[in-house]
Amino acid sequence: MNIPEGLRYTKDHEWVRVEDGTVRMGITDYAQHELGDVVFVEIKPAGTQLKAGDAVGTVESVKAVSDVYAPVAGTVTEVNAELEASPELVNSDCYGRGWMAALTLASTPDLDALMDAAAYRAYLEQEAK
Amino acid sequence: MPDPTPVTSCPMVREPLLSELSGPGRNGLTVPRPFAAGRCADIPAALNPPALPEISEVETVRHYTRLSRLNTGIDQGMYPLGSCTMKYNPRIGEEIASRIADIHPADEAALQPVLAWLLDLKATLEDLCGMDDSCLWPAAGAHGELTGMLVIREALRRRGDDRHKVLIPDTAHGTNSASCTIAGFTSVNVPSGPDGFLKAADLERHLDGDVAALMITNPNTLGIFEQEIDRIASLLHANGSFLYMDGANMNAIMGIARPGDMGVDCMHLNLHKTFGTPHGGGGPGSGPVLVKRGLAPYLPDPRIVRNAPGGIGLVARSPESIGMVHSCLGNVAVLLKAFVYCLSLGPDGLREASIRACLNANYLKERLKKVFDLPYPTPTLHEFVLSDRVQKVAGVTTVDMAKALMEYGFHPPTVYFPLVVPGAIMIEPTESEPVGELARFADAMGDIASRAETSPDLLHAAPRGTPVERIDEVWAARNLVLTWNDLNPSR
Repeated sequence: MNIPEGLRYTKDHEWVRVEDGTVRMGITDYAQHELGDVVFVEIKPAGTQLKAGDAVGTVESVKAVSDVYAPVAGTVTEVNAELEASPELVNSDCYGRGWMAALTLASTPDLDALMDAAAYRAYLEQEAK
Repeated sequence: MPDPTPVTSCPMVREPLLSELSGPGRNGLTVPRPFAAGRCADIPAALNPPALPEISEVETVRHYTRLSRLNTGIDQGMYPLGSCTMKYNPRIGEEIASRIADIHPADEAALQPVLAWLLDLKATLEDLCGMDDSCLWPAAGAHGELTGMLVIREALRRRGDDRHKVLIPDTAHGTNSASCTIAGFTSVNVPSGPDGFLKAADLERHLDGDVAALMITNPNTLGIFEQEIDRIASLLHANGSFLYMDGANMNAIMGIARPGDMGVDCMHLNLHKTFGTPHGGGGPGSGPVLVKRGLAPYLPDPRIVRNAPGGIGLVARSPESIGMVHSCLGNVAVLLKAFVYCLSLGPDGLREASIRACLNANYLKERLKKVFDLPYPTPTLHEFVLSDRVQKVAGVTTVDMAKALMEYGFHPPTVYFPLVVPGAIMIEPTESEPVGELARFADAMGDIASRAETSPDLLHAAPRGTPVERIDEVWAARNLVLTWNDLNPSR
């Protein structure tokens, strides 16, 4: 399971990367593996205001449609348009070209509430039991 | 796995689409003109006349006959699609329903016996569910859910109570949240407890003055009875919220337990599941909504009344109703087939059907839990959910095993649902299956489990003996071909 250092993680299996006042987000390697082949991704448009835990979009595989949640409060500034034509990027490069949205970061304490790589790994191991 | 010989006697040829069979001038049929063409002279020509295929009668008949032989259904073998209750459809229902097929809905005299039967069906369903009033018109389960939620919304509106949230356990059918959303509510997911049913204490944390209702399925989609339903109902009512029950799994409890006695305020039944009428491409559904007295004024129009001039009649408008949800008498033929089912079995027979449905499911569960992971050990009723956890170690997943079941002549079970179980395999045999067929199914599943260890590649490639072999579902979902006009032969 690929869980890169330096990112923050949610219990719903989203990751965030802090980049100069904005955060970029997507779903984790574990999430894409559990979903299987992703066939469609829909993210709310730039300008959408979200509270932490609000649905920022949906990801559809041949198994199921799942909500993707905003890890932190903020406004959507950018959406990965590449996923429209190539949803498989979520499977092949979930932390890179498979990113989903960029959000403004409303407050830093939000970030502190998220897990680091070690905590997320421990969380996954506990969930598997 | 059996040798990859065809499971049907069909030759292994791909049946072309009608558009591919089409050729100019092949349709030799002349439709007689019922009236003078001059009467239509003022109607402008259609902008784009539909490009209908041109095919001769004999080719059309052969096309559909060949397709029908590629089909599978409950008349060919067990169809254990969990939560869908694919039980046998007794032929007597078809026979009786066919006798009313020619009655015009405006022929009041001819309709008298039909309305009388519908009144009796209504009373039967209300009695079975312990509810006070009902509406027979919704066309299927999700339509029933929507109707029920509109009734609840109207009740709230009339009492000046503006509530927006509907709580839905994570084991719910996907239609529940869709119905709430269309009815103008926001659905809120409530996690069910570690034993596979909703804990009243967990529900309590979600209750506030904005909660309009809880939508619960009992037994739920894990086949587990909601054991705290009584306490859940009390909590909701104390909060001014309604308890809605999705009756999709009523087949487990009819004649044994009544939703009305559990504190349910509003519910729907799926007559096409529980009451043995054809569905899943074999016929339309029917989703009557049943309510307690307080919600009755808001039920959809029209109402059937006994004392209309000329006998039993329909009242088109009632003052507080949410209005009509379907034309004429709903899917009236389905209603009659369900009534025939009730009358044929009688009260004891309906109860016996539920008991046998639970017995069949538990027989299969006991056999299959030896080779498959059973994520929730809580006792189950008419269906149960396994997972692919054991087989996944060898790289064999639920989809591989579901596809392989076709090699043995079975329709696959429901897969990857409910969402609380990763790699779910949801099995509902229904009461229709004799023990021999159940044993054949358990043997097939056992065989597949051992193949998962010895020859997983065979399962990745399954099915190979069916008229259509393993399809590329990912490619299909990423490259949508929605009509034959979108066909791209270049793939």
